[in-house]
Amino acid sequence: MTEAPALDDIRRLLRCMLRIRRFEERVAARYPEQQMRTPVHLCIGQEAVAAGVCLALGQEDVVCSTHRSHGHYLAKGGSMPALAAELYGRSTGCASGRGGSMHVIDVAAGVAGTSAIVGGGIPLAVGMALAFALRREPRVAVAFLGDGAADEGVFFESLGLASLRRLPVLFVIENNGFATASPLANRRRCPELHRLAEPHGIPGEGLDGNDALAVLDAARRAVDRARRGEGPTVLEAVTCRWKGHVGPQPDTARPAAELAAWMARCPIAQLCQRLPEGTSGELAAMEQAVAEEIDDAFAVALASPYPDPATLLDEVW
Amino acid sequence: MPWTHLFAAGPAQPASTPSDAGRQLTYRQALLEAQRQALAADAAVVVMGEGVDDAAGSFGTTLGLQEQFGADRVFDLPLAENGCMGLALGAALAGLRPIVVHLRADFLLLALDQLANHAAKWRYMFHARQTAPLVVRCVVGRGWGSAAQHSQPLHGVLMQFPGLKVALPATPHDAKGLLLAAIADAGPVVLLEHRWLYDDLGPVPEAVYGVPLGRAAVRRKGKDVTIAAVSLMVREALAAAEILTRTGVSAEVLDLRTVAPMDTAALVASVAKTGRLVLADTGHLRGGWAAEAAAVAAEQCLSCLKAPVARVGLPDAPTPASPVLEAAYYPGPEAIVQAVEQVVRS
Repeated sequence: MTEAPALDDIRRLLRCMLRIRRFEERVAARYPEQQMRTPVHLCIGQEAVAAGVCLALGQEDVVCSTHRSHGHYLAKGGSMPALAAELYGRSTGCASGRGGSMHVIDVAAGVAGTSAIVGGGIPLAVGMALAFALRREPRVAVAFLGDGAADEGVFFESLGLASLRRLPVLFVIENNGFATASPLANRRRCPELHRLAEPHGIPGEGLDGNDALAVLDAARRAVDRARRGEGPTVLEAVTCRWKGHVGPQPDTARPAAELAAWMARCPIAQLCQRLPEGTSGELAAMEQAVAEEIDDAFAVALASPYPDPATLLDEVW
Repeated sequence: MPWTHLFAAGPAQPASTPSDAGRQLTYRQALLEAQRQALAADAAVVVMGEGVDDAAGSFGTTLGLQEQFGADRVFDLPLAENGCMGLALGAALAGLRPIVVHLRADFLLLALDQLANHAAKWRYMFHARQTAPLVVRCVVGRGWGSAAQHSQPLHGVLMQFPGLKVALPATPHDAKGLLLAAIADAGPVVLLEHRWLYDDLGPVPEAVYGVPLGRAAVRRKGKDVTIAAVSLMVREALAAAEILTRTGVSAEVLDLRTVAPMDTAALVASVAKTGRLVLADTGHLRGGWAAEAAAVAAEQCLSCLKAPVARVGLPDAPTPASPVLEAAYYPGPEAIVQAVEQVVRS
């Protein structure tokens, strides 16, 4: 960072991360009630990536996400009540109860439908960028992926396609070190995933994925490049999944001491330290507003009807 | 390459109504015209695929399109089938209407994740908030030792994915009309084009028209038996029906045209009239389209069936290369005639 971060950026990143963190905590808290009958892949601990990247985007830009998508959805401006309702399988859900946690969507906010096939959403972002480029629209597409998806052939195919046509796309790798419970060292000799961009002639950058300001800065540079027609960028944000691969329980794939060290580097707590002195009241007010928003979203979701079984076969063909 | 000039043995049968005089095109010309008209009519239409801009022009079906519409809209792709299918799907989600060309249907299996896990399910999974107006053209090969990985029809596999429309045009008229309908559809649609039909000549109106997806066509009226067929087997069924007239058997030939969704009403109506059913498929018999059609007949027509249903299709083995083995592998009109004689006798 060459200059002091704008206070407005810090506030917006904090608010965004708090909305994600507290929403996911509410999901985890209520999950044992067994009313959210959908596998939830929580992103607690990884909020800085979603917040930093999405703050660099405009509403007209799009994100393609994964099975671990709640953070990206909320950061891009997806409707919170519609997300809560989707988790509860209600007709007012963002996918009318068809998708569940792994298949969320908010087209107006620029959240494309999300894929739960690892790597599946990556070429979709490239294809959306192709459409933007052909129509000469100054829009950018983002493919969020995990380190597991960087194992997939379609990741490399997508890098090649984006590079070939210099498409306005960001590949954002959230490297949390685990694919389900398989550590990166079991899967790849070279752990620096941003270097996978090099053979494709794409700039790659490794980042502290728990530093929201660093993510924001890198994302803004990559978005500017894309809008200037200079093509794709790979950003690798190294971070940590606090919860298990799926479900509300703490992660057990990572050694406990290592997890504790990561939790001591909480992205939200770190950014709070960047707030000027005398703003603790502001933080409390932010927490209060977020809590109320989540209360409302869950209340709306739980008051919503289930889909009519008569609609089971609608919109197949 | 020899196979680019390969023809089916013997003269091609007229695949459309012979009395329909007027403008004639080959199947390949009809495909080319459909794409040219779609590209001209809608700026969102793009054509992509390995070799679509080369001198062979996808067996002649994309020749000249890049020159006319530019490299932004008609372009070559790397050999990255799954990534390219995702590229096309993403472009479709963002408002384009891509046509992806695969020179062999077999290569589609490399792209099955994006096609079956993504494109086929997108509309349903998100309750139509995003749709996938995507057309996949695939050429089904046969003969000249094409062997096990260059000759698979695959519609029996593809029809297992709800949401994925699968069309098999059997005539030049339908090649153009089904392709134009597929481009106009909210999709996704796979068009399986049999290589042996490419030089068939038939009436093709110059106008832009669509052949409705999911609608069968009676190619020949008859009263003793229904031969329901797809793709090249429609031509073979018409040849069989002609042979059968010598023994006084009147066969109705029904071209299903799309196997997903399937026009079961047309199938049931024809069987209700004739009381006998022979299914002629370009695909494998086990678990394939003919098996599904036979199940429909068993569920909906049992009381009007005078004989068991018979099926003609590929045996339970991959395609061999040797011409002698190939000849034993592929059923032709004679196999259909035999099947008809069997059900008519019983």
